[in-house]
Amino acid sequence: MLVTRAHLHASYHQNMIFIAPWRDLLERTNRSAQTWLVQWWRLAHLGAVLMLLALSPSSYKRADRLVLARHVYDNTAPIMTSFALLCALISLVLTRIVTATALSYGLSQYALQVVIRVLVLELIPLTAALFVALRCTIPDAAELAELKARGDLDKLISQGINPVHREVLPRVMAGIFSTITLAVLSCVVALLVAYATTYGFNLAGFAGYTRLFGQVFTPAVTLIFVMKTLLFSLAVSLIPMASAWYGSTDNNTRSSAEMRGLMRMFAIILLIEVLSLVGNYY
Amino acid sequence: MSVPTKLQQMPEQNQLEFKAVLLLSFMLALLTASALYLMYARGLFESTQTLVLVSDDSEGVVAGMDLTFSGFPIGRVRRIELAEDGKARIVVGVASKDAHWLRQSSVFTLVRGLVGGTNIRAYSGLMSDKPLEDGAVRTVLQGDAGAEVPKLIAAAKDLLESVNTLVSKQGALGASFANLEVLTAKINGPGGALTVLLGGQGQAQKLITTLDRTNALLARVDGLAAKADTQVFGEKGVLPETQATVAQFNALLSDARTSLSKVDAVLVQAQAIGANVKDGTSDLNLLRGEVESSLRKVDGLINEINRKWPFARDTELKLP
Repeated sequence: MLVTRAHLHASYHQNMIFIAPWRDLLERTNRSAQTWLVQWWRLAHLGAVLMLLALSPSSYKRADRLVLARHVYDNTAPIMTSFALLCALISLVLTRIVTATALSYGLSQYALQVVIRVLVLELIPLTAALFVALRCTIPDAAELAELKARGDLDKLISQGINPVHREVLPRVMAGIFSTITLAVLSCVVALLVAYATTYGFNLAGFAGYTRLFGQVFTPAVTLIFVMKTLLFSLAVSLIPMASAWYGSTDNNTRSSAEMRGLMRMFAIILLIEVLSLVGNYY
Repeated sequence: MSVPTKLQQMPEQNQLEFKAVLLLSFMLALLTASALYLMYARGLFESTQTLVLVSDDSEGVVAGMDLTFSGFPIGRVRRIELAEDGKARIVVGVASKDAHWLRQSSVFTLVRGLVGGTNIRAYSGLMSDKPLEDGAVRTVLQGDAGAEVPKLIAAAKDLLESVNTLVSKQGALGASFANLEVLTAKINGPGGALTVLLGGQGQAQKLITTLDRTNALLARVDGLAAKADTQVFGEKGVLPETQATVAQFNALLSDARTSLSKVDAVLVQAQAIGANVKDGTSDLNLLRGEVESSLRKVDGLINEINRKWPFARDTELKLP
């Protein structure tokens, strides 16, 4: 009897040794799924709040307007020239490559169409969004996180100022504005450079070029292009800011909140790009 | 915050706001310009006239593609619809400023290239013809390079197979070439072409011998001919003798002709004699007639006498 009891005891422990890792895994999965859902929910919530604030006239009082103007100007003007130059260079190189390759295959009539499609439709909005993310919105988010850590946001609350109004909204708006401006500017620059590379500095090919442009930009493609640029601008402005705003709730994860925010941003950008490609070519 | 600092900050803030507004206007201007350019490129500002092209198959035709005339785009496909009769209707918007290139007699083609998209082209032969009216419906002529390729490849394959069969060692051409090679070797060998013609060197030798003998024979025949010439045409040859004989014969003939003329005269005389005899004979006939009538009269007279005569005798014989 004693032997049997000891035996049972041992087998129970053995079973526990096998079951424990599964339970642990399930618990961890459950926890991370919850965190994941909560983070996305917070992101969506903040996005909705910011959109409402952006649309309400009360957000544009003089003090808020000044802050907004400062962020818009600081986020766009300094990087505009350098980005336009960078874009011109990339466009020049890519146009040359595509034109020369098409010529060697005897398909030069399709070269410009390929250039417009690849550069203007696909590459430039993506580059503009990433450029704005790296140069403006990620540093802005870091700044916001610092403000929060220093307790400046609590001070604002104590002064009766809504920190979302004063600190988050201007930064997000500036990011969106910057992304759209850079995308449009670089598209125009890319189109001009592609034209100049192909036809030289004269107006001889303008009619044909315009026609080609019209053929590429069908209503569906234009809609997808506009939507993609808008969604890119939202993604690069909102996600880093949301990560900074909500901060890290659990300190036991390996990566910081900012890093996870960045990962999320890149994932969303990739998803938007894939969806736009599916929309354009399927 | 002190009052002077605030006053100093005011222009700075205004400047900042102004810059931000400037930036915003720049972005809006860029956006508006891009949108307007896009609309212009899509042909929203140009007036168009409609042309409907009817085709059996609209494969490769997409909305927005060009209608070209002499390589210049003059219109673009607005939409493609399926007609009641199952044919594709390609509705093309032709720019009004370019519409004069299209005439009533214009021909439209839909060509699919091997590489690249489909092309719709217009050809106007008679530029003096009436301009094409708005909403005109035309049948489009189709040419499909892609569809011809499989046929072409199949034909080329057949051809190559035939050529292969012909050229292979077992083939007719191969055998012919082999024979030709043997022939050439024979022609080059001793006996030459004669060996080829007669089938062997011995035969060729025989022919050559025959030819030699024929030559000798011909030389002899030549001598014989010369002798015969002398015999026939010489001074005492056959021919001069014959000529003399003919002359004598001619003289003989003329003598005979004279004799015959004489005979002719004799015959004329004989004919005259014959005529006289004929006359004499006719006279004799007359005389005989007269004698016969005289005799009949005599006979009648005797019969009369006999009848009148009492001594008439019974001339009838009576059998017992």
